[in-house]
Amino acid sequence: MDLLAEIANGVINGDDERIARMTRKVIDQGTSPKTILDDGLIAGMNVVGERFKAHTIFLPDVLLAAKAMYAGLDLLKPLLIEQGFPPMGRVVIGSVRGDLHDIGKNLVSIMLKGAGFEIIDLGNDVPPETMVESAVRNEATVIGMSALLTTTMPVMGQVVEMLSQKGLTGKIRTIVGGAPVSSEFAREIGADAYGFDAANAVDRVKSLFNVV
Amino acid sequence: MSEILELSVAELMPDTTAVLENQGVPAGTTVSEQIEDLYYVACRLLAETATPVGVLSEISNSDFAHVYSGEGRNELRTPVGDMFERADHLALFAVTLGERPGHEIGSLFESNDFALACMLDSTASLAADRAAAVTERQFSEVLQTTGRTTPATGVLRYSPGYCGWHISGQKKLFEFLRPEQIGLTLRESFLMEPLKSVSGVIVAGHRDIHNFPISYNCCSDCDTRSCRRRLRTLFAG
Repeated sequence: MDLLAEIANGVINGDDERIARMTRKVIDQGTSPKTILDDGLIAGMNVVGERFKAHTIFLPDVLLAAKAMYAGLDLLKPLLIEQGFPPMGRVVIGSVRGDLHDIGKNLVSIMLKGAGFEIIDLGNDVPPETMVESAVRNEATVIGMSALLTTTMPVMGQVVEMLSQKGLTGKIRTIVGGAPVSSEFAREIGADAYGFDAANAVDRVKSLFNVV
Repeated sequence: MSEILELSVAELMPDTTAVLENQGVPAGTTVSEQIEDLYYVACRLLAETATPVGVLSEISNSDFAHVYSGEGRNELRTPVGDMFERADHLALFAVTLGERPGHEIGSLFESNDFALACMLDSTASLAADRAAAVTERQFSEVLQTTGRTTPATGVLRYSPGYCGWHISGQKKLFEFLRPEQIGLTLRESFLMEPLKSVSGVIVAGHRDIHNFPISYNCCSDCDTRSCRRRLRTLFAG
């Protein structure tokens, strides 16, 4: 097995210490950081994402894999910046105002990072104006919103409305998700996408960025 | 008058199955040793950091009508709105695990220890809910020992933010209960600080008053149906 395949495998198995060691080794061997990222870390995370989608592994497995991936990513990040490789896109994400539930949001955030996106995670209980301001300030083109409470779902509509009022519809796209949220609700409030689970949310964000 | 309740961390600790289910792992799934270990570490961290405490205060039906009206943002018809006038006894409550579990979860996330952070988050959330359950049980026991129940009495709790009771209802609940005495404060968004806290009303009355149909507007958006599971405890046996 080549070293990049071993890195991918280490991510799949959630072996963070091994990943840090292996990543350091391939960097020292002169492999391009972008290659290590794409063919090692992201390749491993893609397998994890597929297994998660197929329900053969579950959230804790994904999070262990994510920790392993970050062990490598932390080493690559300065090199990627130095060599001018941009992220696949920038996404602002948060659980909406009044909602403290963030397991799903955290998972989407982690998996998006694993897919190569830059994430600005605003945490939970995020007011609509903060979501929009952060997206504008950070030049993010997607806002991801999560809600677990039916009573906080309307805040998602407020964000979409606020973007419209500021003439940002189409420039900043929106994706919504969370247990009580549905594709019908997403359509009703005018959101651009709906993710029914974390893996699906990553696919939908990729399609918003026209990344297959 | 409100009563402060000292709660023991040990009795709040949720079991492995519940914590894993909270993270989407179906019951009966065999998990790796690594994941099992995470659960035990999370329990240890929770035991080290949680300082559970609660406050409980009985409230008359008419006073609760005022609390429940909140900021006027409840749905028109709700289960609690339809049941509380038929209750024999009501009590407002709030419980918290204190600030430290939340800080610990935040630190773990910051150090990319996502799996442990999430395991602790689930464990703490379930422990906070168990603290609410213990409070409910204690209130039920007080009612029993003071001869204020019948064999048909059912006691269940309900919280703002759920079942059409708008989260802004926390404001009047706080004004009545004053849970600041156990370290709880309310954010502008009506969420509590510390986050690992639960508040609400405990409703005691004929168990049938809790058996509401799931045909309210709020029910159509709810996919947990956790009310059915709780109801079963009243009608079991």
